[in-house]
Amino acid sequence: MIFVALLVLLMFVGAVAAGAFRDLINAVIASALVSFTAAILFYFLQAPDVAMAEASIGAALTTAIFVVAIRRTRRYEE
Amino acid sequence: MSFVYQNIYYIGSIGLILIGLYIVLVKRNLIKVIIGLNFLDTGINLLLISVGYVRHGTAPIFSRPGLSPGQMVDPVPQALVLTAIVIGVAVLALALSLAVRLYEHYGTLDLRKIRGLRW
Amino acid sequence: MRKVIGIIFLGVIIWGLVLSLSQVPFGKDKMEVGRRYLKRGTEETGAANIVTSVVVTYRGFDTLGEVTVLFIAALGLGAVLYTRRRSSERIEPSSLVLRTGCRFLFPLILLFGTYIFVHGHLTPGGGFQGGAIIASGFLLIYLGCPERRTQELRLGATESLGGLAFVVFGLLGLAVGGYFLTNFLPKGTFNSLISAGVIPLIYVAIGFKVGSELAGIMGNLMERTK
Repeated sequence: MIFVALLVLLMFVGAVAAGAFRDLINAVIASALVSFTAAILFYFLQAPDVAMAEASIGAALTTAIFVVAIRRTRRYEE
Repeated sequence: MSFVYQNIYYIGSIGLILIGLYIVLVKRNLIKVIIGLNFLDTGINLLLISVGYVRHGTAPIFSRPGLSPGQMVDPVPQALVLTAIVIGVAVLALALSLAVRLYEHYGTLDLRKIRGLRW
Repeated sequence: MRKVIGIIFLGVIIWGLVLSLSQVPFGKDKMEVGRRYLKRGTEETGAANIVTSVVVTYRGFDTLGEVTVLFIAALGLGAVLYTRRRSSERIEPSSLVLRTGCRFLFPLILLFGTYIFVHGHLTPGGGFQGGAIIASGFLLIYLGCPERRTQELRLGATESLGGLAFVVFGLLGLAVGGYFLTNFLPKGTFNSLISAGVIPLIYVAIGFKVGSELAGIMGNLMERTK
């Protein structure tokens, strides 16, 4: 139970950091951290299908799509 | 303190929804707004799965021959959230393609300068 | 001004969520429909994974709608990012280490994704997870050795064939049974690979479709590098 509380705290830290970073690549990596901790929380809630889907789609493919889109636009938030 | 420990999943998912909503409402860069939209999606999926949890339950898969269906968690929210995750990534890809097109047309991604998106 | 309005709005949302979640205590057994699916799931569909049977058989029409939404999103992305002049610069080949690594890893990743969606009715997994892993294999090719990328035409053909197979299975169910997406093949022995009727075939079609669709989305976004 203390492990779950630490994971939720890590998720909050990652989400707040994604909102506060100026470099957009850092924000995208923080959002990948949030997706990853959400996948672990899904596993603790006894949902292995959803954990697998969130880890592969949310943490890997979303980050790749974001990085490709940032490469075609501006990198730093003004 | 035991109230926090009992409902830790509810607190985590509501907090993620609120942070995502704050980023969508306040931030000025379009890519940041799309990141906030992604957080909103993830938070709502976490809330749906944690509503369907049964205490001391196990995953709804009959892997061993001794499992009885009386001690399993709810399978219906898991099926709906599986659909929702894939739709979330589809909406994200479409939003990012629109952002790329906006940048090529206006030269900036600041929401105050793009006409029609100000508020 | 915007921040103040934002925080007031967030306060209203917090109040509404807490009020509605106080009626749903955490961990209590409150399912009605799920209990029926758990009790009668294995003898009605023959699959060991109840989430798979809910996604494909009990709520199969929702899965058809979701596959349609994914298709429309990929179509919209291709239409928005359409450019008439392709970049005709010569892609220089990558180094030897990168090329060998990609060539070694790509069939293994494809095999792993296929294993996950073929065993979707026995173990956790299924079409969507396996399709995402296949798309990661294609992403490796796009990033590591981009001179060996697949033509977009072949990916588009695979995706359309996958979606068409799903609809054809539904229509066959309508012709044989009584309603759209009936499980019309025999159920077989429990917990073996060939079982659960039409569920593994539908998941194979969905896996191919989702994998080639996500790979096509990545390829469309990566055109015309700056």
